[in-house]
Parts: sequence; structure tokens; C-alpha cells
Amino acid sequence: MLIRKPNDIPSSEITPESVYVDRRRFIADATKLTVAGAAGGVLLGQGRDLFAQEGQVQQVDWSQMRSELGEELNSYEQATTYNNYYEFGTGKGDPVRRAQDFEPRPWSIAVEGACANPGTFDLEDFIRPSTMEDRIYRLRCVEAWSMVIPWRGFPLKDVIDRAAPTGNAKFVEFTTLYDPDRMPGQRRNVLRWPYVEGLRLDEATHPLTILATGLYGRDLPNQNGAPLRLIIPWKYGFKGIKGIVKMRFTERIPRNSWAIATPHEYGFYANVNPEVDHPRWSQAREDRLSAASFGFIPRRNWIPTRMFNGYGDQVAHMYDGMDLRTNF
Amino acid sequence: MNRKRQVLLLKLATWVLGLGPLSWLVWLTLTRQLGVDGVDTLLHKMGDFALIILLTGLAITPLRRLTGWNVLIRIQRLVGLFGFFYLTLHFLTYLVLDQTLDWEFILEDLTKRPYAVVGFAAWLLLIPLAVTSTRGWVRRLGKRWQKLHRLVYVAVALGLLHFYWQVKADTLWPLVAATVYVVLLTLRVLPRTASNRLQGEQ
Repeated sequence: MLIRKPNDIPSSEITPESVYVDRRRFIADATKLTVAGAAGGVLLGQGRDLFAQEGQVQQVDWSQMRSELGEELNSYEQATTYNNYYEFGTGKGDPVRRAQDFEPRPWSIAVEGACANPGTFDLEDFIRPSTMEDRIYRLRCVEAWSMVIPWRGFPLKDVIDRAAPTGNAKFVEFTTLYDPDRMPGQRRNVLRWPYVEGLRLDEATHPLTILATGLYGRDLPNQNGAPLRLIIPWKYGFKGIKGIVKMRFTERIPRNSWAIATPHEYGFYANVNPEVDHPRWSQAREDRLSAASFGFIPRRNWIPTRMFNGYGDQVAHMYDGMDLRTNF
Repeated sequence: MNRKRQVLLLKLATWVLGLGPLSWLVWLTLTRQLGVDGVDTLLHKMGDFALIILLTGLAITPLRRLTGWNVLIRIQRLVGLFGFFYLTLHFLTYLVLDQTLDWEFILEDLTKRPYAVVGFAAWLLLIPLAVTSTRGWVRRLGKRWQKLHRLVYVAVALGLLHFYWQVKADTLWPLVAATVYVVLLTLRVLPRTASNRLQGEQ
């Protein structure tokens, strides 16, 4: 993985004319950039510190940014109008249309289960202790499409450390809001509500795993899972649960919603794996969404899928000795 | 209105209704209204139209019996052919826009993945039906023509299975379509005496 240091990056890439960045301050933050870079993706520094200068609106030309593999980013519009969020409907365009009136505040998160510091927290208190970072991650959906998106968030590990899981805790289970009045898609049982997901504790505390509160330097829109969602870039997107209201430390493996709905198609681990096909389609390739996908005559952009979505050097060790075909 | 004019109007209406969906899809494409999932939208809508039109075709005989409007038989072939037309468009969209003519992946799909296998089989079954839809073939095959064309029920059933297996979680429409199919099949199979009388008219 490429850890980019400030002198690697041509200034034309980092400071296009529309960006208001204090150049000297950026170079002074080199240590923060490198250390943060060890965790994965390309970090643009600590979002709050670097870009939010008093009174100045932060403007970044995201089209100039690249992932650690040199990939172009998708546009804000693509990332916020093409969503799988069945709580607002099963069509890709449903969430943006039907989540406009959803009010993500006030919001509280409950921390429960095998931990020393359970409790219910207001969202602001929950995220205040952490430093927000912008991370460019690939998002690979199990349906075999993908995007490259700059998420804004903080490591899940921050929250887990504060909760202090006990020795009994092997997994973390997450739950989405259940409120059919505010989430019209929940009025039909296309999935069993509320949506549940989970991670093994080592996956949850991995540096790549983040809780996202924003993307493209802006707050999460409702259709992307406002106000808080999970991002685990080496797993299929359905693991990235949205609208989180509860975290629970458990001894037993959580039963995640898609594995309940269609157990022979969706499992718990859901690691991106080109060698293990979905029963109904190949996982060896993915449609990397681009302008052409939404263009005049829509076109597929098939590219080969990478093992662990290209994050293998940082995550593969967690699965040594595991049969990833049976633990799909 | 005399019979000849009835038939003409009926055929005109069928042509308009038959080409309507395609025109709508072309218009959606030209005005960039396909939405965010363009290829999937085209694929699904073409599949929907093919299914609706084929089910309409299956409804003609029950409708004739219930209403006595025998003139409907004059558009049955046209309706069937439109169904085959949209199904072919659906298949071509899959091959060209969805799979980008990547034959390795296409072969894998069409031979290994159940939903694709039955979909492909449905289309294949309709080919001989489309080819033998002309009056020349009706004469040539005689009694066997009727038997051959009963395969349309098999093809539509395979199509329904394809539809049901293809959706991820929302099985509402596949189940609705299956219900319609079962009703039409039942209507077709049941009133034997009425059926014999009507067939005498053909």
C-alpha cells in the first residue's frame, strides 16, 4: 500500500486553485499524515484540523484525488444517488428520493453487552473524543459493483476501547434504527427489521474499520446512512450497516440480516473474494461505476475484483487457516 | 362496425401498444431518464414488458370464451410475436450492455447459474414458436401445431422462475405474475365443452 508523504504528491494535485489550504501547515502535519497513512487508504490529514480553518469554507477538488492504487474517485453525486438502503426502498434511486425528510437528529447510540462501560450516548458525545479523518476507500457491493469514495470518520476502535469489552466479548453486533414511520421501506418485510450486522472483535478494532459521519468533506446525507454508519472496506458493502443505534458486545456470533434472509448466498464474514462466487453471479469481477455507467447509453465497466478488495496486505492475517469458502 | 374494420382497428391498437413500450424506453434513454442504474433499468423493463405481453397473449383464449369476442384471435399471433420481440431485446441487452459480449462470463452464466439457465431456456423455447407462427406453418403442421404451441405455457413458466430467482429480496411482483399465470392456465384448462365449440369455429 502506498503511504504518500507530502513531497511525493505534486502540489497541483493537493492544492488546485479551488482549495484553500495553508501549504506550510500541511507540510508541518507530515507526521500525522504518515502515521495515519499506515492505517490504510490515502489520508488527506485530519479533516477537522487541516481543512476547517476559521470562517473559511473548505473546498477540495475531489476529482483530483486518487486512491492508494491510483484510482479515480466517484463523484459526490454518484455516491449519494446510487444506494442500497432498503429501509427507504429497494431501488437504487429510492433512498435519495424517499429519505429527504428523514431527520437524523437527535440521535443516540446504545452500547451494551459484555463491556465495562455500557451506556446510551447522544451522537455528539459519542463522536467528540475522536479525531475525524478523510479516507479514500473502495466500496465493493456484493452485487458486483463498486465505487471509490472519500469517507469522513474515525476508527471504530476508539469507541470499542472506551467501552472496554470484557474477556467474554468475541463479537460486536450493530443494529439500525427501527421506525417504519420515518423509514417507509420498513413497512414491508423484504428483510427482517431492524437491520443487524456484526464483526469479530479483531475485525472491529482493525485500523481500517471506521464509523463514518461524512463523505467528500460533508455530513452523511440521509441516503448514505446518516448520521452514523460502519465502513469495513475489505468486506462486501452490506456489512457497512447504516443508521446505527446500538452496539452490543457478544460472546456468540451475531446473526446478520442478509445471512438470515438468504443463508446460502450471504454469510457473516463476507470478505471480498474473487475466488468464491455468489450462487447467482461471479465475484471475479466488478462494475466500477463511472460517468459511463450513468451516461447516455449506460455501459458496464468490468474490472477484476481484488482479494479482500485490495486490502489483503493489511487484513489477510486475520483469516489465516480459515476456509473462506465455507466462511463466506 | 363490420368485421373487417374491427380487425383493422384491433391490429392497429396492437401495433401501437406493442411498439409503445419500446418507444418509451428509447425516449427514456434519449432524455437520460433511465435513472442511476441504466443497464439494469433497461434489462428489467424489457423483461417486464416481455412477461406482460406474453401473459396478455395467454389471456386471449380465456377472454374469447368469457366474452365471445372471437375477433381477438386475429391478434393472438401479433401479441405473441411482440412478446418474443421484447424477450429478444431483453436477451440482447443482457449480452451487449450488461455482459459487454464477454463470452466467457456469458457461457458461465447460461450454463451454470440456475436463473440464467431457465431464462435462456425460455427464450430458446419461444424461437420455434415464433418461426412457426405463420399461416403456412399452421397448415403444414395441422394438428401438431396446436400441440407445439402449448409450449408457450412452459416458456412462460420458465420465465416466471427466472424472474423469481433473479430478484434479491423483493418477491412481490414475481409472485403477482405467477398468480396471474396460474389463473390464466386454469381458465385455459377448465371449461372443456365451451372449448370444443369454439375450436369448431376456427
